[in-house]
Amino acid sequence: MTKSVSATTVSASAVNRATYLKHLLTQASAAADESPLRKAPLKASLKALRDEAIAAVSDRTFPSGRDEEWRFTDLSDMLTQPFQRPSQDGAHQRATSVQPTLVDSAYQLNSVNGFFEGADATSINWLDGAIVAPLSELMDMPEYAQKLEPIIAQKLAKIEGADEIFTAINTAGFSDVMVVWVAADQVVKEPICINRESQGSAIAHLRTLVVAERYANLTLVESFVGTPEATRCNTSVTELWLAEGAQVNHIRIQDESAQTFHIAKTAVDQAANSQYKCTAIDLGAKLSRHHLEVFQSGPQTDTHMYGLSALGDRQLADTHSLLTMTYPHGTATQIQKNIVDDRAHAVFNGRVFVSQAAQHTDASQLNRNLMLSSKARIDTKPELDIVADDVKCAHGATVSQLQADEVFYLQSRGINAEQAQRLLLYGFAMEIVEKISLAPLRDALSERLTAWAK
Amino acid sequence: MSPPHGEGKQATSSSPLLLLTLYKMINENAKTILSVRNLHASIEGSEILRGLNFEVKAGEIHAIMGLNGSGKSTFSKVLAGHPDYEVTAGEIIFQGQNLLDLEPHERANAGVFLAFQYPLEIPGVSNRDFLRVAFNSHRKANGEEEIDVFDFDDLVEERADIVKMDVSFLDRSVNEGFSGGEKKRNEILQMALLQPTLSILDETDSGLDIDALKTVSGGVNQLSTPDNATVLITHYQRLLNYVVPDFVHVMCGGHIIKTGGKELALELESRGYDWLTAQEAVA
Repeated sequence: MTKSVSATTVSASAVNRATYLKHLLTQASAAADESPLRKAPLKASLKALRDEAIAAVSDRTFPSGRDEEWRFTDLSDMLTQPFQRPSQDGAHQRATSVQPTLVDSAYQLNSVNGFFEGADATSINWLDGAIVAPLSELMDMPEYAQKLEPIIAQKLAKIEGADEIFTAINTAGFSDVMVVWVAADQVVKEPICINRESQGSAIAHLRTLVVAERYANLTLVESFVGTPEATRCNTSVTELWLAEGAQVNHIRIQDESAQTFHIAKTAVDQAANSQYKCTAIDLGAKLSRHHLEVFQSGPQTDTHMYGLSALGDRQLADTHSLLTMTYPHGTATQIQKNIVDDRAHAVFNGRVFVSQAAQHTDASQLNRNLMLSSKARIDTKPELDIVADDVKCAHGATVSQLQADEVFYLQSRGINAEQAQRLLLYGFAMEIVEKISLAPLRDALSERLTAWAK
Repeated sequence: MSPPHGEGKQATSSSPLLLLTLYKMINENAKTILSVRNLHASIEGSEILRGLNFEVKAGEIHAIMGLNGSGKSTFSKVLAGHPDYEVTAGEIIFQGQNLLDLEPHERANAGVFLAFQYPLEIPGVSNRDFLRVAFNSHRKANGEEEIDVFDFDDLVEERADIVKMDVSFLDRSVNEGFSGGEKKRNEILQMALLQPTLSILDETDSGLDIDALKTVSGGVNQLSTPDNATVLITHYQRLLNYVVPDFVHVMCGGHIIKTGGKELALELESRGYDWLTAQEAVA
């Protein structure tokens, strides 16, 4: 009797999850049909890409705790949210913008609910050797359309893992693609900023494609914010292609509003001698997930992954990283730090794969967690899969509370216990923030974290 | 049975220094800064301090010596208010206030300073910020206005000179990656900024090479005034060549078993502690 009841429950939930996935795909397709990209000349190739994405996931169900990849991150709350695609009409209301631009730069792309927010094509930035613009605008300009067509064909949704469920939904439904292309040997000194803002209740699919040609050098700042009034979902996929010797410094600030489900992927393909550095800060959202997947596709590549989640209330942030080292002399450093207060929950799943070919690899991974409340939760799962035999791979994970001796040391200098704890928290977080090379952004974040620690 | 404070001193031979200290003792103008009576303290149920009596007047430098486990470091931590130690009996009066009623930060702001044997590393917090927050906490607690970043920078760079600390250390995380000597210099720099009435230096000499020892001692001497007092906790006589104490106390079994002048330290250096601890056992 009990058995049959539970069997019924499971199957009902499975039906529910299958239905919900269909709903998301239907909304994604509708969003695609209404998107500014529905026009020629890319119509056919994008259509093929989107169909392929849908086909990859249409026979699956929405993830549950039974999926190994989603064991610690429960998406059930999403099932009760019949998210609809956003409409572009609602997009042009920047008066309600929740935060000023983080970094001063000539290269700013603003989007609201995934739609490019710019008065006209003159706001697109380009100079010799770099393109920073939405695909929808570029397509209207024959000289760029022609240049970009092969890049789109070869690079968009082509990094391994494109059939992951939320990546596929994103491919099926993105309204536009923010394109960053930097020509060979070009050094773009100013940071390229992509500011993602969300308004209203909707599900939006945010897409970014970054191509750094041989020995190009750029800094990318992605930020995600939203107005606080509504429950919403954002999926975000950012693909970065680093050709030989390219250097990309990527800073990602997720500070979504408290009712947001934020499910994101950063996928990176690194050719020989390239260097990729990611500093990902997660402060906002009700539930956030960041897949950070780096594929070293040539020898002597260098990868740095720094992450910080600072969470309170019932927030959940899940950092799911994958580093695939398949060529010799690759190097990698990863530090993920999490601070959890109240009933917050941080998840770190850090997979490192070192193939037989990847001799002389030097990789280290460290996950440090600070628990400020006995009701908070940490799940940490380092996964090292090392086949090569001549390698250096170090990893470690710690979960701790604020050290009483450290608090006492500060107290003995006249700082009260509460302020001492704040200072220590700040210090714990700043170790990651200090990895950010842009001083104004670092300062803004340190202020934000000071406020958070209060 | 612990002898009352000062008993050992009267038993020792006279020297110019001792006469000076005796003079100080009878100098009624010198204010009592710290008065510890019958102090008992334990950690995790085991008693470490057993009836400690100790008194410090303004202008004095005291050295507390003793073997490992005699309770020296515990005493310093109890004075500063470390939460792991429980005071089960006795009292600590600091400038007329019951120190045991105060939180650790309140003790610091009242003028008690403990230089740690093992200063902690605080990654991510710059030394400059830490020092400024501490400095301003003192000012606030004492009803003074906080000083701004620029004024503080001038002040801290001037004080850094007292311990010959390169200003680049101010912009590094607190004690992170500092050598033993650099950490101790940093402790004395904090002392120079906070200008405590009572400084307790817990094994400040340990792990210092001779140059660092001279620098740190020089800093301590420079900061010593007729209005404040210093307690040096040390294993070795070495430090006392540079910071000359008015009194040397020997601690054993959680209380002071002998008090003398500077020469007691030399005697301990040559004879060891056995003759004293044997006396104590007999007593």
